[in-house]
Amino acid sequence: MKRKELGEILTQRELAPGIFSMELKVSFADQVRAGQFVSLFSKDRSRLLPRPISVCETDAENGTIRLVYRTAGAGTTEFSQMAEGEKLAVFGPLGNGFPTRKALGKKVLLVGGGIGIPPMVSCARELELVGELNPEYRTRMTFAVGYRSFETYLLDELEDLAPTFVSTDDGSLGTKGTVLDAIREQKIEADLVFACGPMPMLRGIKEYAKEKGIPCYISMEERMACGIGVCLGCVCKTQEVDDHSKVKNTRICKDGPVFDAEEVDLS
Amino acid sequence: MKDVNLKVRIAGVDFQNPVFTCSGTYGMGQEYGELIDLSKLGAVTTKGIADVAWEGNPAPRIWETPSGMLNCIGLQGTGVEVFCQRDLPFLREAGCGVIVNVCGHTNEEYLRVVDRLAEEEGIDLLEINISCPNVKAGGLSLGTDPKLVEEITKECKAHAGQPVMMKLTPNVTDIKEIARAAEAGGADAISLINTLTGMAIDIERQTFRLSNRTGGLSGPAIRPIAVRLVYEAAHAVQIPVVGMGGIASAEDAIEFMLAGARAVSIGSANFWDPQVTLDVIDGIRDYLVRHGIDDVNDLVGAVH
Repeated sequence: MKRKELGEILTQRELAPGIFSMELKVSFADQVRAGQFVSLFSKDRSRLLPRPISVCETDAENGTIRLVYRTAGAGTTEFSQMAEGEKLAVFGPLGNGFPTRKALGKKVLLVGGGIGIPPMVSCARELELVGELNPEYRTRMTFAVGYRSFETYLLDELEDLAPTFVSTDDGSLGTKGTVLDAIREQKIEADLVFACGPMPMLRGIKEYAKEKGIPCYISMEERMACGIGVCLGCVCKTQEVDDHSKVKNTRICKDGPVFDAEEVDLS
Repeated sequence: MKDVNLKVRIAGVDFQNPVFTCSGTYGMGQEYGELIDLSKLGAVTTKGIADVAWEGNPAPRIWETPSGMLNCIGLQGTGVEVFCQRDLPFLREAGCGVIVNVCGHTNEEYLRVVDRLAEEEGIDLLEINISCPNVKAGGLSLGTDPKLVEEITKECKAHAGQPVMMKLTPNVTDIKEIARAAEAGGADAISLINTLTGMAIDIERQTFRLSNRTGGLSGPAIRPIAVRLVYEAAHAVQIPVVGMGGIASAEDAIEFMLAGARAVSIGSANFWDPQVTLDVIDGIRDYLVRHGIDDVNDLVGAVH
């Protein structure tokens, strides 16, 4: 059940310039699925709308979630300056998450671009956990991740989980170019793709999966107000008439953020 | 604790308390029903209902501004038939008042919705949206001309199976004139304010922040303007006024009632505080006790 509450900051550190990792104690940690997000709220009453941030890791036993986020404006900068022991308003878990069940026992390619990388960690951890409990469902994972430069984040953790291929915009690490260039260069084979990242990357991944004839699930982003599907602020276009809205729009916060790439219109 | 009366009567309909939700900020109630007990609310006001499904505007539809937000949703909706069959049954059982917001591009479109809703049980009040800044025809263009306001009010009244409340726009020179036009057309009540038309520009990309260029400004930033307009409208007409515009606390709600609102609606504040409506109800009760006032109706228009 989603809740809005005050979460306590347990740890906060900068992983790379402008990229922060924050662990929060929340009552709903055991209910968070890979690919879901939470809304964080500013203490400054002039900044009213939530900042939706994907969950990077959950620790159900200790009741914590980990968020890895980029400081993009005044709101996220405020969060990054908060110290351990401070509390901030958090609302979650929100959204649908990745359909990890579809990946069980398969070769899955996990693609992250920039600040789209953190949810791929939660995705891998969930798949790994199921694999440990049921060896016949063990998933063979590969990461393909794109950064701006050699100033990476989460890379050690990714490499511990699965083979990881890197691209950088400036070529200072891994393949020069986009994550798609790395995938093609490394000829990564997969039965299924899960991806999160900027729109041009998602378009490219959708195209790639179509070309290979494999299913592809992408996590989308948009400015949000309510986070629960009432305000219709964060819609994206769909190929067919959406069952809930009765028009070719779907709600990213409620029906997503993860969609079958074939169902959404990214043009 | 001393018992105080929170019941209000609007257009012949009794509401258990004067705290409603604003159209477009509460969906059809289901999602917030997972977070709070809707049966405690005075009423839920639905998202705008048109005769057929509307796509609304493309993204981006939302932009945050200081103590407020701009939106250009553009009244995306499923159309009245889906509403009656899928959403209304839930609201009928929710245990609160039900106000259905009606939108259209032309008088005929409004009347088709009003006609269809007249067949339904469990609707307390129709709120006719003649004030949306985000649709090109109907909406705002209709709501700024007193003659057109009187005409659409008259037509809605002639077709309606429920009492009619006209929702007014603040984007006018003289709200009193518009309020009187609605009253002359036979409106049972008026509600105001809808959002103020605003704009925001991304100076780095040198583009508009919203797909529709302009959007409707809501949130605490607009509250003093809303209080002033509610005050002016309430003094111009005899029919009840439902006040809204940036209400986020009991103190804000009381301010609107003292200015002349018989009830209040809470909109954007739900987005950052799903509990806000319940806190406002409790806060109004506490205020009445603290001031030794037995009846919430005694607040209405008390400051003049």
